[in-house]
Amino acid sequence: MNPTSWKDYQKQIPDDHFFFVRSCIRQSLFPGAESAMLRIMKDFLHKDVYEDPRHTTCTGIGYHSDVVLLETIMTVVARQLALMTEAGYKNLLVSCVTSFGIYLEIFEMWHNFPEKLEDTRQSLLRATGREFEIPESIVHTSDVIYHFRDEIAAFSNLRLVNAESGLPLKAVEHVGCHYAKIFPSGGFGGAEFPFVLSGLIESWGGEVIDYPERRHCCGFGFRQYLLRENRGYSLSNSKIKFESMAPYQPDFILTNCPGCNMFLDRWQYTLAEMEGKTYDKGGLGIPVLTHEELAGIMLGMDPWKLGLQMHQVQVETLLDKLGYNYSKKEKYYIAGKPTVLPQKPSVLLV
Amino acid sequence: MSSLYAQLQSDIRFQEGLTACMNCGVCTAICPAAAYYDYDPREICQEVQSQDEQTLIHLLKSDTIWMCGQCLSCKTRCPRDNTPGYIISALRTLSQQTGYFAHSRMGRQQLRIKRTVGESILKEGYCVHPKLLVPAEHPEQGPVWQWALDHGKELFAQLGSNYYEEGEGGVRKIDDQTLGELNAIFSETGGLDFFDRIEEGMKNRPAAEENQDSLF
Repeated sequence: MNPTSWKDYQKQIPDDHFFFVRSCIRQSLFPGAESAMLRIMKDFLHKDVYEDPRHTTCTGIGYHSDVVLLETIMTVVARQLALMTEAGYKNLLVSCVTSFGIYLEIFEMWHNFPEKLEDTRQSLLRATGREFEIPESIVHTSDVIYHFRDEIAAFSNLRLVNAESGLPLKAVEHVGCHYAKIFPSGGFGGAEFPFVLSGLIESWGGEVIDYPERRHCCGFGFRQYLLRENRGYSLSNSKIKFESMAPYQPDFILTNCPGCNMFLDRWQYTLAEMEGKTYDKGGLGIPVLTHEELAGIMLGMDPWKLGLQMHQVQVETLLDKLGYNYSKKEKYYIAGKPTVLPQKPSVLLV
Repeated sequence: MSSLYAQLQSDIRFQEGLTACMNCGVCTAICPAAAYYDYDPREICQEVQSQDEQTLIHLLKSDTIWMCGQCLSCKTRCPRDNTPGYIISALRTLSQQTGYFAHSRMGRQQLRIKRTVGESILKEGYCVHPKLLVPAEHPEQGPVWQWALDHGKELFAQLGSNYYEEGEGGVRKIDDQTLGELNAIFSETGGLDFFDRIEEGMKNRPAAEENQDSLF
């Protein structure tokens, strides 16, 4: 019988001992989010999370833009697993949603085609002298934040409510396609009822807004974004989402995929420049946060150490609605000193 | 040389991606690429199922196979457990292996992806890293990205990263031994030869296509 509700798509999350692999996009565009993730796990939850500096890209962006062969990405993934095996870990904690999908896809291919697994073992051994074991569990960082959502809330006096009105803040969530559309059983709530982000919002006091294009792709498209002349694809797909969510006047957007986070932030700026239009009433855009960033806010972290100043759409409207204690003037400070401010966009207010 | 269909069948993504398509069109209905381009994954499934060599050559030389965005929404929706997105991956690999990619404008774009993302993997250990996102090529990143790059080392340090320095942390410099292992993996698995095929395919592209588009 096919699963019929999100409750049929539950997954087990290990409580401790994770081998952490970074995201190319997240560490480049939202570096504070990954740092916050590690800080939450280590300093607040007191979990054992290990990062081996010898781990690399999984090559997923190259693979999905078709310049990296399947056999190559399988062996690069195998090398990551070899580092994990050597360090004595069995739980893989993945920052990137593209990587998360890659790991699940490769594990399934190895299961369905055992000869490919053996070929990969031999390729890795010949190329690096390394050997590996298949992890006992693979989880995305949003799975872990969801898993520990109540513990995180217990550290916080903050709720996702408007400090003035006391009403829940309205949030739209966008779950990355490769989190659960490829392998629904790999994500909380599957592809039909993804709960990994909406569960966070609801647990922390906010209101999740359903909107018609909620499950539409952000439009990354890999080669469709990488090449400048193809970017209309990416922009157009995000625009479909903005047009669909705007009537509901969301207070913020929550994402779990680094690419989605970048596009839903940057394309608002681009659309404002191209069309003179923003998707909120005040001309400031809709703030876009990742799951780690929102968890960091719940835990009272300094937004400028979370890296929220690297978002092109300002986040102050959200912080102010929350009644959050932060320094507006220090947004573009570095090492305690002011810098020359970024140039202002011509339309989007910052 | 075996037939193109036999070569496709040797790709496990093709085996997993095409089980028994009944051409219902649900994949096209859900497909973001079909909403943007003149693109129809249902039609591609129909064409590959024909197993006709000339039809496959036409497909491999076309822009069509390069329009998919690899979101894989089609995998979720297909009532017969087909994955047109996987079929596209197999077609794109074969198109580059045979050199047919150089016959189409969108196929020829692969050279730039190879020279940017592909070579970044071997040189930096990442598909994407901050210095690859040059503002002139990425105006969509906005003025805040120029500011971030202007203050890269200090800003990233403030955010807990290890900006192009050796050791643990985000956007760290990947050590030479690790890069050597990555290069050895690419060599062992045919990844470097595949890069060469892309370069060679562009050198051998049809004369009529010579001046149709610039490399950069």
